[in-house]
Amino acid sequence: MSSPAPSAAAGSIGLPHSAGLNPGDQPIMARERARKATWQSLAETKKVPEGVWMRCDGCKATLFRKDVERNLGVCPQCDHHFPISAAERIAQLLDADTFEEWHADLVPADPLGFNDRRPYPERIRAEQERTGLREAAVVGQGFIKGLRVVFGLTDSGFIMGSMGSVVGEKLTRAIEAATERSLPLIIVSGSGGGARMHEGVLSLMQMAKVSAALARLNAAGGLFISVLTHPTMGGVAASFASLGDVILAEPRALIGFAGPKVIQQTVRVNLPEGFQTSEFLLEHGFLDRIVHRADLRGLLAQIVGYTTA
Amino acid sequence: MTTAITNPGPPAKFRLPFEAPIADMEARLVELETKYANAKAGQDNEAPAIGDQLRRMRRELAGLVRSIYANLSPWETVLVSRCDARPQTRDYIRLLFDQFVELHGDRATGDDPAIVCGFAHLGDRKVMLIGHQKGKTLAERQACHFGCAHPEGYRKALLKMRLAAKLGLPVITFIDTPGAFPGIEAEERGQALVIAENLMGMSQVPTPIVSVVIGEGGSGGALGIGVADRVAMLQHSYYSVISPEGCATILWKGNEHAPRAADALKMTSRDLLRMGVIDEIIPEPAGGAHRDHTEAAANLKSFLLRSLRDLQGLSKEELLQLRYEKFRRMGAYLELGTESSEETAAAYQAP
Ligand SMILES: [Zn+2]
Repeated sequence: MSSPAPSAAAGSIGLPHSAGLNPGDQPIMARERARKATWQSLAETKKVPEGVWMRCDGCKATLFRKDVERNLGVCPQCDHHFPISAAERIAQLLDADTFEEWHADLVPADPLGFNDRRPYPERIRAEQERTGLREAAVVGQGFIKGLRVVFGLTDSGFIMGSMGSVVGEKLTRAIEAATERSLPLIIVSGSGGGARMHEGVLSLMQMAKVSAALARLNAAGGLFISVLTHPTMGGVAASFASLGDVILAEPRALIGFAGPKVIQQTVRVNLPEGFQTSEFLLEHGFLDRIVHRADLRGLLAQIVGYTTA
Repeated sequence: MTTAITNPGPPAKFRLPFEAPIADMEARLVELETKYANAKAGQDNEAPAIGDQLRRMRRELAGLVRSIYANLSPWETVLVSRCDARPQTRDYIRLLFDQFVELHGDRATGDDPAIVCGFAHLGDRKVMLIGHQKGKTLAERQACHFGCAHPEGYRKALLKMRLAAKLGLPVITFIDTPGAFPGIEAEERGQALVIAENLMGMSQVPTPIVSVVIGEGGSGGALGIGVADRVAMLQHSYYSVISPEGCATILWKGNEHAPRAADALKMTSRDLLRMGVIDEIIPEPAGGAHRDHTEAAANLKSFLLRSLRDLQGLSKEELLQLRYEKFRRMGAYLELGTESSEETAAAYQAP
């Protein structure tokens, strides 16, 4: 399910990504005791400086990083949407200080004893240190313009936003909570990796697990809004991300099942211009709307508003 | 008296690289058989001794086949699962089922030969049979895209499952695909969406579903018809989140590392049973299903009948609840600060 990496990480504008969870603490893996890290403490931690200038993947312009950050992580010149961190996404979409994170204590095991160029636990530790997250998914509840929602996301910066057991479990618990409490559900996906190969077939099974939970939410009459961001591929696209009652996408996001490189190697013809972009999906009938990041919060609130007649 | 000895043996395409010692001994066996036949015909008094030798060699050959197949590496297992001579869905339809009535079409785009669907009798049970088909001849393989289904294949499969549920028929699915087709049209027609819809839809199809990986269980394309109440694998099949080649390309920058990736991904039937992803391993005949289609089919049949019997007493509500719980349990993670996290970690450590 994993697709070769699109240039997701390269253009990421860090923000709280580079901050530690609790300064001075060791990152978390396996047997360390749980700590109550509130979401706010993570969001407010100051990032390590990353350079004042950055290059736009869209228009190749050299940009003042602060300008991009002030502009919601969107290029002020060409509207290119850079991937943004979990904390930044939450800050942009939810009412200030209303997000209550759930199941932050779930951390990955190493079911396969997987070791590519480094052992999986080490890779996780490094990702945790680099991103300030414990895993690629963050779930919880919060308010959008005063409306209570269950909210989840996958951060494409954490092992390419790939879905392993923790991502699957967190999302499933969030979906089950939305079902039990009759709350609207919003999941913002970003995943270049699809299902996480480091956890083997257990990652694949998360697709079935999450989708089955969504079937129950659907049967119970719950609303699920799926927001697709660059990139949403493989096993994430082939499970929860495609199952929204309403599916929105940021402009020019890469969205699809197989990675463009794999397709190119298989069919050996040039891929059409704009293939697997948000615009391509909208044209083929797989999206409800493409929405600029600046309008996303307002649109979500508007749609959630329709859950009460 | 000399006879020109041509070694029939299995045709070259049957032979897998690690089967060289078997092919060798088979060649010697053929020689000896000829010698024995000649000796008997010539009333040679060495004939009984040659006969003894022949029986010994046959036993030895059987032992060799057994021992090679008992110790296949994960990569060798992948090669067996892909072997040209391995029985495919249509072979099992012929060997296992009666009165097969094929049903075509997804009612939207077309008909995908990479997924075969139809009514069938299994013993005295009426069922809906659904399976990937890779194809045998080159023309069939190309038509089936080597078992890589398009969106219309997945959509057809779900439609026929719902039809089965309406008629109260159980569903049997055979998984045998390298993966869903990665192509331009497949993406244009919503490959990601149809797989997602099958995962969601199958979790609620109100009739018993039994799935067996008969060859390749390639990622989402396999799972797309694999959300079932009972899931089994034929002994020498594999089931994985990504192909060993795909994994090797991403992690080790080259196809040639596929054997290493096959090992790392823990994709054999034994691994999956240990991880709780499948319920059962269906044994294959000595030397793999490709050596004896009939015996492979018989083992498969007894598993299917037993599973259908186990499931038939359940109410629809119980069935769907158990199916939900089955997949709900899958995964390995730790919950910090809980007693069970160390045990969980230990339980899932690879040996
Ligand atoms: Zn730009």
